[in-house]
Amino acid sequence: MAGGSTSGGSVKADTYAGVRHWLLAPSWLVLLTVVVGPLCIMLIYSFLTKEFRGGVVWEFNLAAYDKFFFDRGLFGDEAPRIEWTYISIYWRSILQAAIATLVSLLIGFPTAYFIATRPTTSRALWVFLITIPYWVNLLIRTVSMKFLLRDQGPLNAFLLSTGIIDQPLTIVNTDVAVQLGLFYSYLPFMVLPIYAAVEQYDHRLSEAAADLYASRWIALRRVILPAVKPGVIAGCILVFVPSLGSFLAPDLLGGARNFMIGSLIEDQFKGQAGDWPFGAAASMILLSMVLIVLIVAARRQARAKAAGGEV
Amino acid sequence: MSSSKTDVRRYPGFLSVTLLCLLVLYAPLVIVGIYSFNASNSITSWDGFSLRWYAEVFTGSESEKFKIAAWNSLFIAIIAASCATILAVLAAMAIIRGGQFRTRQISQGLVSLPLMVPEIVTAVATLIFFNAIGFSRGHMTIIIAHIAFCVPFAYMPIAARMQGVEDSYEMAAMDLYASRFQAFCRILLPLMIPGIISGFLLAFIISMDDFLITNFVKGAGVETLPTAIFGAVKQGIKPNIMAISTMLLGLSIIIVSLSYIVSKFDNTK
Repeated sequence: MAGGSTSGGSVKADTYAGVRHWLLAPSWLVLLTVVVGPLCIMLIYSFLTKEFRGGVVWEFNLAAYDKFFFDRGLFGDEAPRIEWTYISIYWRSILQAAIATLVSLLIGFPTAYFIATRPTTSRALWVFLITIPYWVNLLIRTVSMKFLLRDQGPLNAFLLSTGIIDQPLTIVNTDVAVQLGLFYSYLPFMVLPIYAAVEQYDHRLSEAAADLYASRWIALRRVILPAVKPGVIAGCILVFVPSLGSFLAPDLLGGARNFMIGSLIEDQFKGQAGDWPFGAAASMILLSMVLIVLIVAARRQARAKAAGGEV
Repeated sequence: MSSSKTDVRRYPGFLSVTLLCLLVLYAPLVIVGIYSFNASNSITSWDGFSLRWYAEVFTGSESEKFKIAAWNSLFIAIIAASCATILAVLAAMAIIRGGQFRTRQISQGLVSLPLMVPEIVTAVATLIFFNAIGFSRGHMTIIIAHIAFCVPFAYMPIAARMQGVEDSYEMAAMDLYASRFQAFCRILLPLMIPGIISGFLLAFIISMDDFLITNFVKGAGVETLPTAIFGAVKQGIKPNIMAISTMLLGLSIIIVSLSYIVSKFDNTK
């Protein structure tokens, strides 16, 4: 879904070559002023001094980053120790996002494979069924999830009535609820790229493997998975990256004890904390983490392409 | 023909996982849909079918708040999606029909940039930006922010469509002395209509859907539907929220289905 399908096209067509700069100017103007520019300003803000009721004072220092990594005691005069509060929030977010990605992969891969091996006529309908929930308001989906998982909610009522459990399960306000919420939010992002990769896969390779006495599961692991790896990696990135900075699922399903990066940042601007430079610094750290993931993935893909692998 | 047992494509259990996947995706939505018709005051017990919560949405004590929020959402989404669609069409013409040029790759990256930056980071950056230039927060700030992040969503179907339309039609028109502008208006634009409509609809949904960025850049007292719902949900899930959710859900499904049908419609033949 990340627009990759449009990058490989030929560029023979040049009907509007003469006016292309005028055609591009509006998008450049809007995206540079409203996306790129603000990111630069955010970087600057992360080096400023906080003002108490939100906002900043124009004095440059590293206080925000210092606060993130070091604890200098209540009055700031003790020897710096490593501050674990924020690092552990980031670590927990990485963990939660990783678990959500893994669950999405375990459910998403068989689904994508199954859909891609349907007859061409019914494939589009399956893909459509998988994508519909993505277009439903994320807030509504998260609230629905919370409603379903509540202690007195339909899921517990169902499990109690069937006698599988005799005490209602507490799911809301736990890590599991957050992972479920993230998984639920971004599952289509896992299915679609894997589906696209499996659709390109030449099933004669599986037949060759079967002829050489490979079992189905060995063929899956040794033949199919390596061939569709780019799709799997793309899917994992598309789930992991938005999960990392998500706000709604941790906030609504995780409660106060399961703070993630999104809630930490939101709190600096909309909540009690009101420390803008710190919020900007935390956002910069999140953005750097995401960029590292994207760059590593892009370089691996470029290397695989250069090595002649199927991409 | 190989029987299903020996077909190497088949994996036992994959169908069950797919069905499980659909169950997980749809169960919460279906259940909220069902409970929105509950006659009971509480959200826990089922008291029979009723439309009272739908009536409550339109006439109840909170109806005024939600009505204003809904109009705001609609107004913002229409303006933002229209602007994003225009930007996307122009950008696609340059990127796909503009030959090879140095800034082509960068332009393509720039157009899809909002997809790569985490939403919370975009939200923070936009808030800081409006604050730094002293722009007071209100409807205008929401619209500007929405235009920017709707561009990639409008761009994807439009670019895909433009790639699908051969440029030989325009070449023929220009050989017959049509100007570039005429070639665009009379040939490319009509052929692009399905792509443009589905691009517009996706951008519209994305704008209607957005909570995080809107919550950051909205002024005090300006609410859109998602921010109003979020505020209400913080007090607990009430039946009227479920009725609103079900209506929005229906709207999203109608729009996506429309977009899907339109994008399948082929008028190049």
